[in-house]
Amino acid sequence: MSTAAAAASPVELYDDEITKKFVWATLAFAIVGMTVGVWIALELAWWPANLGIPYTTFGRLRPLHTNAVIFAFGGNIVFAGMYYSIQRLLKVRMYSDGLSNFHFWGWQAIIVSAAISLPLGLTQSHEYAELIWPIDIAIAVVFLSFGFNVAMTIARRRVQHLYVAIWFYLSFLITIPVLHVFNNLSLPATLTRSYPVYAGMTDALVQWWYGHNAVGFFLTTPFLGLMYYFLPRAAERPVYSYRLSIIHFWALVFLYIWAGPHHLLYSSLPDWAQTLGMIFSIMLIAPSWGGMLNGLLTLRGAWDRIRTDPVIKFMVVAVSFYGMSTFEGPMMSIRAINGLSHYTNWVIGHVHSGALGWNGMISFGILYWLVPRLWDRELYSEPLATLHFWIATIGIVLYTVTMWGAGLTEGLMWRALDEGGQLQNPVFMDIVNQLAPFYWLRLVGGLLYLSGVLLMAYNLIRTTSAPAPTATAAAAK
Amino acid sequence: MSDDNTPWHRQHLEPRAGLFAILTTVCISVGGLVEIVPMFTIDSSDAPDRVTIEPYTPLEVAGRDIYIREGCYVCHSQMVRPFRDETLRYGLWSRSEEYMWDRPFLLGSRRIGPDLHRVGGKYPDAWHYEHMFDPRSTSPGSVMPPYPWLSRWKIDVDDVNASVVALNRLGTPYSSEDLTATATVLQAQGSEIVERMSASGIEVTWDTEIVALTAYLQRLGRDRTTTLADADGEIP
Ligand code: HEM
Ligand code: HEM
Repeated sequence: MSTAAAAASPVELYDDEITKKFVWATLAFAIVGMTVGVWIALELAWWPANLGIPYTTFGRLRPLHTNAVIFAFGGNIVFAGMYYSIQRLLKVRMYSDGLSNFHFWGWQAIIVSAAISLPLGLTQSHEYAELIWPIDIAIAVVFLSFGFNVAMTIARRRVQHLYVAIWFYLSFLITIPVLHVFNNLSLPATLTRSYPVYAGMTDALVQWWYGHNAVGFFLTTPFLGLMYYFLPRAAERPVYSYRLSIIHFWALVFLYIWAGPHHLLYSSLPDWAQTLGMIFSIMLIAPSWGGMLNGLLTLRGAWDRIRTDPVIKFMVVAVSFYGMSTFEGPMMSIRAINGLSHYTNWVIGHVHSGALGWNGMISFGILYWLVPRLWDRELYSEPLATLHFWIATIGIVLYTVTMWGAGLTEGLMWRALDEGGQLQNPVFMDIVNQLAPFYWLRLVGGLLYLSGVLLMAYNLIRTTSAPAPTATAAAAK
Repeated sequence: MSDDNTPWHRQHLEPRAGLFAILTTVCISVGGLVEIVPMFTIDSSDAPDRVTIEPYTPLEVAGRDIYIREGCYVCHSQMVRPFRDETLRYGLWSRSEEYMWDRPFLLGSRRIGPDLHRVGGKYPDAWHYEHMFDPRSTSPGSVMPPYPWLSRWKIDVDDVNASVVALNRLGTPYSSEDLTATATVLQAQGSEIVERMSASGIEVTWDTEIVALTAYLQRLGRDRTTTLADADGEIP
């Protein structure tokens, strides 16, 4: 390490302003995205909830929810965590503050254009790739500029060895553009509409290659990168096993890509492709659990802090839910089980045990750890953070359990045959009407989870607006 | 920086960002290439019992784009699986060739409402008008929102023309009439639907969105004429 770097104080060395911006954006879009989630949950329980407005029907708002929570909430927390940790792991400031800010404002502009275009019904219909072609081009430009900024930062690093978190970030930076570009290849017909170059089942396969790996490389690898940085920092323990992290990293990036066809089981996709998808999905348990175990075992010796430290609480539950949903997912990839779960609310339960349990909880843990450090203030209220933890946990349990119940109910009722081999429930609506109680209870779960986020926003705003610490207090730190 | 005990990857791989990135790129490419590339070599129209699948007419294209805009595919699948209960409920299971003109594909991943891949011809045109205007008038207990604006909003002929031209460029065959006299073609098919609807006392014009949507829905799954009885025998 150069003496100049050692002499410079971290304040001059690192750009933390960019992290702060992404933190604010995370909070704002967590609230927006989950409010829309609660809204569409209400629409399923009580259909008039679109208020008769064309722009707020379930079909238009659901993509808004998924885009907002994955790319706005998820994206912003990932970027916040990456800017913070990359600079510290490489012991160098970001290559270009200009590019960092271009990334920030570009990403927020994309989010705003999504929030306008999706309710207007401007959509490509591919799940998680709904945004129309002009926005797709903007995404490619903004994301690649971020990738370039990180690459140049890595090139100028003052630490030669790349830490585990950086590997996971790299896999994110490389894979997302590949998926995004190939899945969105299309011919524009008008400024707002285009048709994909792939047709029929080929389009379906390319889309689910993208879709599953959006889960893999947007909701999994960058979040694992965050886990590898923030969890050891919060626990003040080194990562449990370096060797395990190597093995599970390479296995994960290799295996994930193959698993897409588990979204097309029993479709007319060729059997060999369905079988490959199923086998690789089952194998995915191993590297996924490698990550979970490495996370949980890093906490060994810090177990006592689970009781006292809300940050650790959030992280333990997050990593456990990661383990749970990556066990459930491979099970749902087994053809016979998928025959029951596909198309049902079971899938929604699976999605949200990953999304609320893993992505949500790890993000909250990181925010409670990061905000006091970024602003150099004490957390306004630990009891409030603990309260958030409990209502979020109860919310997740309500959400997932009701969706499993609803999924099994509809899955079993759809297929039930009487002795004569005829449908026991020939009227589809009879089955739909069984689901109302589950939908209402899910709504309660969602509301609890959202209330937790509001509590967190309040707590963090109070934290950042507290008076600056005195010079002596700061020195004592 | 390394001594003899340092593992090879720590010496040679993890300090080298460029090499690391290249290896990662290789790893993430293999699966996709192996699974996706062969799809381009499969010609589903070769299937022995092939049926001719007609491309969507311009009016059906317009209807399909409304189906996409409203997010119907968010709640309705278009993929009947080869299970007895599904063939009983919906009809013959779905085949690849049926999707050959589908850009984008609309298989869907949820069944909040029933599958629609075989809905064509199941109900009269007027049923679709009533159902979209007030879903509970035809399906008591439905959770689907009403879409009254579909019977007010008009399709834009130039817009449909742009779609047909683009699809044609991508390889869907359209006649020169479809491409250059789109309005006439739209009106011809739309008027038939208008007539059938007016027989049930519904007054709409041919360029109303509900007419285009109905054309699309009535078209779904009709190319496969094999009867369910035949299909039953095939189920293992
Ligand atoms: C307050 C919290 C939330 C509520 C109430 C909520 C509610 C919902 C509802 C009602 C749906 C539609 C389900 C259906 O089709 O039947 C949905 C879908 C979805 N949500 Fe959420 N959500 C919440 C938070 C999140 C978060 C934090 C994420 C991701 C980080 C997320 C990711 C998704 C995804 C990916 C889908 C689509 C699932 C699929 O296509 O199978 N949600 N959500
Ligand atoms: C080893 C890991 C995993 C495997 C093998 C896996 C497998 C599956 C399977 C089989 C489905 C159902 C597909 C269908 O029937 O339509 C599914 C859906 C889904 N999973 Fe996972 N899963 C895994 C982990 C996760 C995690 C950790 C998350 C979230 C953070 C997640 C998010 C989703 C989403 C969003 C969907 C819904 C896709 C859609 O239909 O739109 N999965 N997954």
